[in-house]
Amino acid sequence: MSAIKIESKTNLDRRDFLTKSSIGLAGLAIAPGMMLFDLAHGRALDEAVSNKVRWGMLIDNNQCDTGCNDCVSACNTENGLAPATKPTDSQWIRKVQLKDNLTGHISSLPMMCQHCEQPPCVDVCPTQASFKRADGIVLVDKHICIGCRYCVMACPYQARSFVHEVLTEQKTEVPRGKGTVESCTMCVHRIDKGETTACAEACTKAGHNAILFGDLNDPESAISKRIKSVATTQIRADLGLNTGVRYEGI
Amino acid sequence: MKMWIRFAAIIFSLLVVTTVYAANKLSSPLLDIGKGGQCVEDPMEMRKIHMNLLKHQRDETMHKGIRGQKYSLAGCIDCHASTKTNSVLGSNEAFCQGCHTFAAVKLDCFECHTSKRKVTAEVTQ
Repeated sequence: MSAIKIESKTNLDRRDFLTKSSIGLAGLAIAPGMMLFDLAHGRALDEAVSNKVRWGMLIDNNQCDTGCNDCVSACNTENGLAPATKPTDSQWIRKVQLKDNLTGHISSLPMMCQHCEQPPCVDVCPTQASFKRADGIVLVDKHICIGCRYCVMACPYQARSFVHEVLTEQKTEVPRGKGTVESCTMCVHRIDKGETTACAEACTKAGHNAILFGDLNDPESAISKRIKSVATTQIRADLGLNTGVRYEGI
Repeated sequence: MKMWIRFAAIIFSLLVVTTVYAANKLSSPLLDIGKGGQCVEDPMEMRKIHMNLLKHQRDETMHKGIRGQKYSLAGCIDCHASTKTNSVLGSNEAFCQGCHTFAAVKLDCFECHTSKRKVTAEVTQ
C-alpha cells in the first residue's frame, strides 16, 4: 500500500515537471523572431557584452575637414567635458594636423583612444582598473583606479587624461572625478542603448561622413565591408596592438 | 537617608525620560525623500543593504555593460532627489547627505557621479 502511495506521488511530480517544462519549451519556440523588448545592437539590456562583436571606427582622412572641430565639441557636450584650455585639462578626442613637407599637403584627423586589441594601458595597470570590455571597448573602472597614471605613460597615442581638479556638473551617464584617469569610452553608454558614437553622429550631421562606426566582427557591417574594399591603416601598426580605430587616406 | 533615596530616584527617572526623549528624537533624521513612492526593496532592507546592491550593480554595468536593471544609483537619485533642489545632496535634509551625516559615514559616490536628477536637469539647461 505504502509502495503504491510513493509511486503515485512520484508520478504526480513527473507530470508536474513535464507540464512545466513543455510550457517552457513552447515559450522558447515562440521567442525566436518575436522580440518582446528592444535590443541594443542585438543584445538585451540585461545580457552581458560578448566578444562576438568588436566595436570599431574608421576615419576617412580625405573627408575630414581641416577647419572642422565638430567631433571634438560633440564629444565634450556628450561627456560633460569642458573644452581644454590648459595642458592639464582632459581631452578625449583632439584634431591633429599633418603636413607632408615634400608636397606641402596639410591634412587633419581626429585622434582618440584607439581601443586596441592588445592595449598597453591594460598591461601596465596595477589595479586592473584599466580594462578591455569583451566587445573591444577599452575603459577605466574609476571605482578601482588609484590615479597612478602608468596607463597615461604607456599609451602610444597619448589618449589618456588625468583629472586634476574637483569636478561638478557631471553627466548622469558619464561619471568623472578627481584623481582618476579617463579617456574616450567610445560612447559606451550610447552603444549599450543601440546608438552610435557622438563624434560619428556629429561628423555625419556636418555632412563630412568621415567617421564610420560599426562592428568589425560582423562581415556584413558597413565598416567591415569598407575596410575590406579600401586600404586602411592603423596608426603605429608596428606596435602590433591591432587598434579598433582605423584610418583611411593617411 | 530616605531623602537621599528619593532624590536618587528622581534623578534616575529624569535620566530615563531624557534618554527616551533623545532616542525618539534621534531615531531617524528628517529627510526630504523627493518623489518617494514604491522603493525597489523594503525601506528597512534598503537602509541596511543599499550599498551592497549598488556595488554589485556597478560592477555588472561597468564590466559587462548590463544596464537598466532594478538597482541603480541613477534610479535612487531619480526618486529621491529633492523636488526643490533636484539633488540628493546640499543640506542635512537631502536624502543621501542627511542620512550619511547622521550616521557619520563618508559618502564617496558623488565625487564622480552626479547628485542631480537627470531629466529635469537637462530641461533646465
